[in-house]
Amino acid sequence: MTSSKTPPSSISRETDLSGMEYRWGFVTDVESDMAPKGLNEDTVRFISAKKNEPEWLLEWRLRAYKHWLKLEANDAEPTWAKVKYPAIDYQDMYYYSAPRSKDAAPKSMDEVDPELLEAFEKLGVPLHERQKLAGVAVDAVFDSVSVATTFADKLEELGIIFCSFNEAVQKHPELVKKYLGSVVPYTDNFFATLNSAVFSDGSFAYIPPGVKCPIELMTYFRINTEGSGQFERTLIVADKGASVSYLEGCTAPVRKTSQLHAAVVELVALDDSEIKYSTVQNWFPGTKEGVGGVYNFVTKRGRADDRAKISWTQVETGSAITWKYPSVILKGDDSVGEFYSVALANNHQQADTGTKMIHMGRNTKSTIVAKGISAGFGQNTYRGQVKIMPGAENATNHTQCDSLLIGDKCGAHTVPYIEVQNPTARLEHEASTSKVSDEQLFYLMQRGISEEEAHHMIITGWSRDVIRELPFEFAMEASQLLKVSLEGAVG
Amino acid sequence: MLEVTNLHAKVADVENGEILRGLNMTVNPGEVHAIMGPNGGGKSTFANVLAGRTDYEVTGGDIKLDGESIIELAPDERSHKGIFLAFQYPAEIPGVRPWQFMKAALDAQKEARGEKKLSVREFSKLFDAKVKQVKINPDLMKRSLNEGFSGGEKKRNEMLQLATLEPRLAVLDETDSGLDVDAMRIVAESVNALRSPDRSFILVTHYNRLLHHIVPDVVHVLVKGQLVQTGGPELAVEIERDGYKRFMPEPAAAGA
Repeated sequence: MTSSKTPPSSISRETDLSGMEYRWGFVTDVESDMAPKGLNEDTVRFISAKKNEPEWLLEWRLRAYKHWLKLEANDAEPTWAKVKYPAIDYQDMYYYSAPRSKDAAPKSMDEVDPELLEAFEKLGVPLHERQKLAGVAVDAVFDSVSVATTFADKLEELGIIFCSFNEAVQKHPELVKKYLGSVVPYTDNFFATLNSAVFSDGSFAYIPPGVKCPIELMTYFRINTEGSGQFERTLIVADKGASVSYLEGCTAPVRKTSQLHAAVVELVALDDSEIKYSTVQNWFPGTKEGVGGVYNFVTKRGRADDRAKISWTQVETGSAITWKYPSVILKGDDSVGEFYSVALANNHQQADTGTKMIHMGRNTKSTIVAKGISAGFGQNTYRGQVKIMPGAENATNHTQCDSLLIGDKCGAHTVPYIEVQNPTARLEHEASTSKVSDEQLFYLMQRGISEEEAHHMIITGWSRDVIRELPFEFAMEASQLLKVSLEGAVG
Repeated sequence: MLEVTNLHAKVADVENGEILRGLNMTVNPGEVHAIMGPNGGGKSTFANVLAGRTDYEVTGGDIKLDGESIIELAPDERSHKGIFLAFQYPAEIPGVRPWQFMKAALDAQKEARGEKKLSVREFSKLFDAKVKQVKINPDLMKRSLNEGFSGGEKKRNEMLQLATLEPRLAVLDETDSGLDVDAMRIVAESVNALRSPDRSFILVTHYNRLLHHIVPDVVHVLVKGQLVQTGGPELAVEIERDGYKRFMPEPAAAGA
């Protein structure tokens, strides 16, 4: 694998078209402070102690760990997804690593380790640039420990808390204690339980009542240490009448061995609030031959109270395996849930992704737009559940699932689960499968557009209903990622 | 400018069935040529072969532009050399706006020719002017390319692209088919406005209707893959009056 410093916004056309080449493959030489390999009660205590956590949190972790042991003894690792991978040896990986500079937490950008900053530059996330140009506050997670938080003062004036999860535990324990596990309990599923026991860090945001967060909150995730799991924990709370837009971008360097990523994201949208959560995920998808790559087994869920709205938008181009179902529990009356997704599976990537919309309140409304692009030997499955509970009078759902096939060795699968327990519900489900047609290609090329660019334009256009939900800067990046991820598959 | 010699072509991936069978044609700069002929004679095939559509395979002969063969060039490379095809059935591209499409196309052409690309502002100004010029409904520009456009709107959109890209050789493939009188006039105005000493046109058409509005310099009759007659505008008038009957080969008419 070759390294490249080219940021995603300026990928040149002269690049290798013979197959997928991962452009974010470099290893940053920052000494890690690691927990011993393997998982046991001591690992959990080690992590908790490293973070100087209060007793209640250690107890919570230990309860999760004990529950996970039971699950593991009962072979409760989920197997229903349409993905294949060799058994994971949970004793053969590291559960904690932190850049050593973390003890002297940076007070400002100037104090951030230059080598870390350089790593972000390589990722195409120049913090200095971005915060100025885009008004984005970046809470950067580098191997699980936040290294820089920007715009803190501005946010503080409004009473908005945006910091690393660990910092929130220290400074706002009452908020963390109140909401941690309230949407995704530690018993939720195998991977969420594992995360609850060993999560290292993540992001925390709290928007006070009635406050509209004036800037996009942004986190950049990156997996760096070889063989280390990445267990992010993110908690976002929008208090009554508040609103916030949160961006998550992810990149991982090239590794031969597969890496487990089991994150948990919890969103709490109190009455009349709104949370928009956007993800662009381009973790290492493995080599063209299907070696290595990230296992992205993530639990994301939000709870929407009365008249609250939660919107998930994701562009998933990376990871060897994606197992991810960002969901909304529409608990309150008149609450709204949205899911917009583009998932790409090229070469030997496998994506099993979708959403769950659980309608509990009256007049609840959900929208699902799921687009899957399959190329090479990629397998793409949409798996979605729409559940209308008995009390959900006049609930409505509209689901649209579109598949685009490139080549004849890939697969697209749609698995909708619909469960209706209230006769007033109205549900619509549309599905389509299509290919890039020769007519379309010839039309674009006749006007002077290259074959590769024509493919890109057609595919981005096809994905537009999802991409336009992303904030502008992210939309550009997502479009570039689709292009890079499909190089070699088209043309 | 354009020289077609003994051109033979068939549908790719098919054993037999030559559609073009020795077509010869010379187009000089500034000329407007009309190619008329009955259905199935090879008119659309010729238009598409000129543009390099890979559904067709050239089995013999040559196409030269400014003395250089373009047979081996891909459609985008031919476009960079100034060949434009107004499609009979333009493709629909979901999620792609006409503006975005044209900006990308013009950028690609300018880049290939080593010219300076237009800034977003410069292009917007140009594009807005062209939208007005071809009298296309500006609301269509907010939609996906050709998606939900009527037949006439699609043709008008082709004229918008023609006006924006200003090619050296424009080939109009049955652009007049299915158009009402007003739409026909728009097409004709677009072409006439672009006529210049260094720009040439090939109008492929079944009927003479369009030629009432665009007076061609040369009229050809294409039957069974060959140009069987070439003349001036009067030939189109004759066809309008008598049809194609006299150009059709009649097996029993030997010795007549």
